[in-house]
Amino acid sequence: MNVLVFLIPIALFLGLLGLGAFIWALRSGQFEDLDGEALRILDDEDDKPLKD
Amino acid sequence: MGCCGIRGENECIAPGSAALWMREDGEGGYVLHLLVPGMEGLEDIRAIEKGLKALPGVTEARVNYTLKQVKVRWRDPAFDPDAIIDTLEGLGFSARPFDPDEAGVGAEDREGRELLLALAVAGFAAGNIMLLSISVWAGAEGATRDLFHWISAAIALPAIVFAGRPFFRSAWAALSRARLNMDVPISLAVLTAAMMSLYQTVNHQQHAYFDAAVSLLFFLLIGRYLDHRMKVRARSAVSQLMSLTATGATVLDEEGRRRFLPMENLQKGMKVLVAPGERIPVDGTVIEGASDVDLSLITGESTPEPVKEGSRVYAGAMNLTGPLILRLEAHGEDTFLSEVIRLMDSAEKSRHAYVRIADRLAALYAPVVHVLAGGTLLGWLFITGFNWPVSLLHAIAVLIITCPCALGLAVPAVQVVAAGVLFRNGIMLKSGSALERLAEIDTVVFDKTGTLTLGQPRLMDTGPVSTEALAVAAGLARGSSHPLSRALLAGVEARGITPEPVLNVVEHPGRGLSGRWRGVEVRLGSRAFCGVGEEVPETDMPQIALVIEGQRPVLFTFEDTLRPDARETVARLRQAGLRVEMISGDREGPVRAMAQALGIDVWRAGWTPQQKLAYVEGLAKAGAKVLMVGDGINDAPALAAGHASMAPSTASDIGRTAADIVFLGQSLSAVWLARLVALRARRLMTQNFVMALIYNAFAVPVAVLGYATPLFAAVAMSASSLVVVSNSLRLGLIDRRLRRGFALKDGAAGRQEAHEKKKREAA
Repeated sequence: MNVLVFLIPIALFLGLLGLGAFIWALRSGQFEDLDGEALRILDDEDDKPLKD
Repeated sequence: MGCCGIRGENECIAPGSAALWMREDGEGGYVLHLLVPGMEGLEDIRAIEKGLKALPGVTEARVNYTLKQVKVRWRDPAFDPDAIIDTLEGLGFSARPFDPDEAGVGAEDREGRELLLALAVAGFAAGNIMLLSISVWAGAEGATRDLFHWISAAIALPAIVFAGRPFFRSAWAALSRARLNMDVPISLAVLTAAMMSLYQTVNHQQHAYFDAAVSLLFFLLIGRYLDHRMKVRARSAVSQLMSLTATGATVLDEEGRRRFLPMENLQKGMKVLVAPGERIPVDGTVIEGASDVDLSLITGESTPEPVKEGSRVYAGAMNLTGPLILRLEAHGEDTFLSEVIRLMDSAEKSRHAYVRIADRLAALYAPVVHVLAGGTLLGWLFITGFNWPVSLLHAIAVLIITCPCALGLAVPAVQVVAAGVLFRNGIMLKSGSALERLAEIDTVVFDKTGTLTLGQPRLMDTGPVSTEALAVAAGLARGSSHPLSRALLAGVEARGITPEPVLNVVEHPGRGLSGRWRGVEVRLGSRAFCGVGEEVPETDMPQIALVIEGQRPVLFTFEDTLRPDARETVARLRQAGLRVEMISGDREGPVRAMAQALGIDVWRAGWTPQQKLAYVEGLAKAGAKVLMVGDGINDAPALAAGHASMAPSTASDIGRTAADIVFLGQSLSAVWLARLVALRARRLMTQNFVMALIYNAFAVPVAVLGYATPLFAAVAMSASSLVVVSNSLRLGLIDRRLRRGFALKDGAAGRQEAHEKKKREAA
């Protein structure tokens, strides 16, 4: 049962990590314009082809 | 929502007005929010952002495509924000600055963020606690079980406090008004479950319901968040339809200079300038100029009315042909429009009294549950000889198991799917209860101009008029933006006739057009202008005359264009057993003709807003559930009084504000489709309620008898929620069938038709 001493904190840490990432995304406005982001990802105007 | 603006097609912001909406951004710069409803696709996002960033001084330009808004920041106080609007107009977008704090437009959706955050926390907590609970159910005992319970408590208690706030607040609000809603039993169950589980944990016992309490919140928050998102989307769609009108007027001062003044700075007696193509912003008397004004949004009248010096005009009318100078007589509080708003507000009260299905059920359900739990407590106290811990445990188990998780999802889940289906078909619900009310209607009352018709005149059969006359008339009409001129030109071109070139065309506002054709004078306009005598009888339909010098004058008659599907929609509604009626502010002739064409037996013409309101209220008093469909300012009170109401997106602002449901596009079949979806939605809600009750019928006895273990509670509650949600999703199938082109009909008739179609296809 000693393994629990590691496993439970690890499980909780990973869960908290996910929660933290979500809260960060929410706070930084990534859920404000879902339709817009879906389009913006296709924007490649400023990408220049590599010169060889 | 601004009720004072009237929607127009060509209106734009007067110069100098954008500065009214700019704000300091708290970082030493300025910020302006704009609505740009016309943006469509990635190209537009890029064009807008690039164009605005190119302005000298602009530090940030960000499009929010979901809400069709643009946020622009700059630092230089000398920067003129009108340049932003000019730039957008140069790119082909009309833009309206707005105040992000103004209700309804919603740049910042705080409630949505809070719900999403609560959902995330509940999701995290539910997942981790479930992980621990499963090991407990799998047989963890003694110290291990206690440890797991303690960790669960450490996660669950803060999570419940945080994620439960939306429910606790709503429950508290209901209780403090001495009412019961679904959130009361929900809050009670969650809180008592948490308390009891903590007590069990402290005393090294096995009945901890942390997982049930948290996953309950998780499920309910999903429903609530979806519900909220749908509402925000519909609301922002409606606000985008709102006018691009500046709330103000162009005023001429003593020295003859023009100035744009906001509404609140206007005073009686001021001279107001109204250019052709603009909406008249105030009530007043014409002191200079002549023109035609389109009153269709105010009175329902389909023919434009000529005005000259001394005529009284009302806010909301469209000035068509010539510039007008008005002496302001009333504005803001004293206009015809505000009278309509007063009528509307009083009419709306009856609708506020409507109690939604879920709340009606909650009022029954909550007391039953609480009595059951109380009974369980007393029963167990009696049986166990006053063993309080055990009796309380069983009583709380009853509360948890009956917690209306499925009931709480039954309505929002259906609502979200229904609103989504309607949204994709261009129909926007403005309130959740609209769907429930729409399902109850038995009478449909239509307005005529702009509702059953498109409010656009169309040239009728011209009979014996020569091709040459038509060509000359079209040549003259080319020079005017009067709706009848445009209709004439379109009608002639549709007949394959090329307009004749007419020289020296002059527009005489309020009267007509004159010009020279092959050396003779030609005139197109009112009967008097063209010298049509009394010998030609007048009709109720709008007419214009053409006279070519030396020839007899000819008359062109116009009719209003019927909306596509209007005939079919009326027929279908009647087939479904609904009473269909028409009330209009227009004159009797066109109304009667329309009623006969559509097969509507009950119709009224020439009615004022007061009469329309009184009629709808009268029907309601007689027990009818009226769906009012209208668009004008004159329909707004009647729309507010209807049991449910719909308006086309071309309606006046106030008409859209008053209506529950707004539909896009020209087709009137939206009325029928919305009712169909509402009926299906009601059926699904009923099914969901029945399923939730069946679940309770099994689960409650188990809990009362004391067999509701935490495992049982977790499985039973999740299962019932999933069943309810998946049943609700079935409503989405309507959409698929619509896309496949199945003719949708009510119940059996629809199935019959679909069956026959399949047979035909097979054969």
